[in-house]
Amino acid sequence: MGSGQREQFDNPVIEWVDSRLPVFTLMQREYGVFPTPRNFNYFWNFGAIAMVMLILMIVTGIVLAMHYTADVEKSFSAVERIMREVNGGWLIRYMHMNGASFFFIAVYIHIFRGMYYGSYKKPRELLWILGVVIFLLMMATAFIGYVLPWGQMSLWGATVITNLFSAIPLVGDSIVTLLWGGFSVDNPTLTRFFALHYLLPFVIFAVVFLHVWALHVTGSNNPLGIDTKGPQDTLPFHPYYTMKDTFGILVFLIFFAIAVFYFPNALGHPDNYIPADPLVTPAHIVPEWYFLPFYAILRAITFDISIPFTEITIISAKLGGVIAMFGSIGLWFILPWLDSHPIRSARFRPLYRTFLLILLADFVFLGYVGSQSADATLFGIPLSLLGLIATAYYFIYFIAILPWLSRNEKGRDLPNSIHEAVLEKENKKMSPEAAE
Amino acid sequence: MIKRLIPVLAVLPLLLIMVVPQAEAAGDQKTAPHQHWHFSGPFGTYDRDALQRGYLVYRQVCSACHSMKRVAFRNLSDMGYNEAQIKAIASEYNVADGPDEEGEMFDRPARPSDYFPSPFPNKNAAKAANGGAYPPDLSLITKARHHGADYIYALLTGYEEPPEDKKLLAGQYYNPYMAGHVIAMAPPLSDGMVAYSDESPMTTEQYAKDVSEFLAWAAEPEMERRKQLGIQVLLFLAAFAAIMYGIKKKIWSDVH
Repeated sequence: MGSGQREQFDNPVIEWVDSRLPVFTLMQREYGVFPTPRNFNYFWNFGAIAMVMLILMIVTGIVLAMHYTADVEKSFSAVERIMREVNGGWLIRYMHMNGASFFFIAVYIHIFRGMYYGSYKKPRELLWILGVVIFLLMMATAFIGYVLPWGQMSLWGATVITNLFSAIPLVGDSIVTLLWGGFSVDNPTLTRFFALHYLLPFVIFAVVFLHVWALHVTGSNNPLGIDTKGPQDTLPFHPYYTMKDTFGILVFLIFFAIAVFYFPNALGHPDNYIPADPLVTPAHIVPEWYFLPFYAILRAITFDISIPFTEITIISAKLGGVIAMFGSIGLWFILPWLDSHPIRSARFRPLYRTFLLILLADFVFLGYVGSQSADATLFGIPLSLLGLIATAYYFIYFIAILPWLSRNEKGRDLPNSIHEAVLEKENKKMSPEAAE
Repeated sequence: MIKRLIPVLAVLPLLLIMVVPQAEAAGDQKTAPHQHWHFSGPFGTYDRDALQRGYLVYRQVCSACHSMKRVAFRNLSDMGYNEAQIKAIASEYNVADGPDEEGEMFDRPARPSDYFPSPFPNKNAAKAANGGAYPPDLSLITKARHHGADYIYALLTGYEEPPEDKKLLAGQYYNPYMAGHVIAMAPPLSDGMVAYSDESPMTTEQYAKDVSEFLAWAAEPEMERRKQLGIQVLLFLAAFAAIMYGIKKKIWSDVH
């Protein structure tokens, strides 16, 4: 970084600093003149939006930590004290609480954008993998953070999820004891979760740095999924995308503000306003909404896998569920190799596009299944069966459909260049709507 | 155009799921019908008179068993009481303080800075006095139940004779809004039991309405400031977004 040719600056102070530590050259190169495909649509705003949400979470989180106490006797009251007594505390807390949800909304859209336009394909495999790492770290951070207010869902959600690790053969019980710091979710669990919840966002920040670095090596993908071929295909990042991102961020923040100020508890569960009580189990334990599809996959596996005609169980239902849940995200790591089709963008792969949109609907449906109790039904069909079918499609999509399409889908003809495609579109309809 | 709508259609169920309240606990419970509240909607505020009446109902009825330990007397200024009135209200209660210089605990009249005293010294005492059932603290009750104030109102007015096949033990009552339909709280309200000083009807329904509004305030005392600030923030964001849209269009005009 910055070891190559330096830019020249007229301002002597900037020049003085830059000749010793070329931060201004770096900014200029990576965010000033950085050549960016000219045909982004608004889906490309969500990386910047996610970055804003991460910073917002860290800032509000640090303020909350100043007023919070990690102690099973005091945590619930500490949060209520923030809500009622600390100046602006309710605002900081509601921003943090809803910020987690909106961070996930942004990141889910960002991930889907990557899938739809084939952004994970060569040469961006590592960029994608770093993104999956960020997502996993986010899930860990969010799960741990939900425990800190020490409400009923905090305690019981933590109990259910940490218990999953006990399904791992041989070392499972030791892992759970280590997570708990004892033999149940209790004070040691809470204090270590608080410490980790403070640490992990900075780990996320570091991986985001690598993610952005990798992006700036390969350059961005674009809605056509074809490589840029020269300056006629690109625009300098500033002012074109700085201004477009700012607009997109503001629109996103409008939705965020509506949630924070008018529906601050709509995405949460009322039971978390009941102080945690180890003697009372809630009738229905559900995780936060952004975990629901994975929770549904976890619960879909309700059968043991045994050696036929024997009593020997190889994989218990519990372990099977855990493997399926972690496997469902684990598959994302090898997605660039599961889908080896040379065309990136779904625009030119109608079959891929159809199956991917079905996957999106499937994922949303899994979220619905995850939100319902285990014995619920839909149109008279047990949801557990529908959840199993939806889980099956999820895995078939990645393991079978993608490799099959890679070999057999012909795809449409690609345009010669971004520049040509943009011009053609402009000529077709001279309307501002074509602002993709 | 239709092709462009397909992804939007695919996302619609997501929005639906977010709007539909998540997973009801114990499915057999009757859903509380919507009531009109003074505090509903983006401009809704608490009705000060209803809050004061609701507080009266709470003091004379609910507080015999239910604590409200997160609310302090000074918070009553939100309901339109002035400092002298709050001092007078607080001084009607005794709270334990100490230790004094001799190391003794002592009782003194409450001050505005004190929190509402609880009717029982601890959870076990509360259970013992209520046939084994714990009367929950009411500070957060509307946030801690699905449908909030609607639920409280429905519960307080929803007591019924049990159906023939339902056997109730002593100290149990039938209420379809309660999870499992069985509640250990006797119907707490009856017509005329609290004397209102204004013209409001002294009926069970009115008591329930007022006390639900009071409990909503106790759970979300910041609501009015929140909604007010929300309007300012949204106006700012909308204006800023509009300006940025103009700037973005102007800058991009040489590209398109």
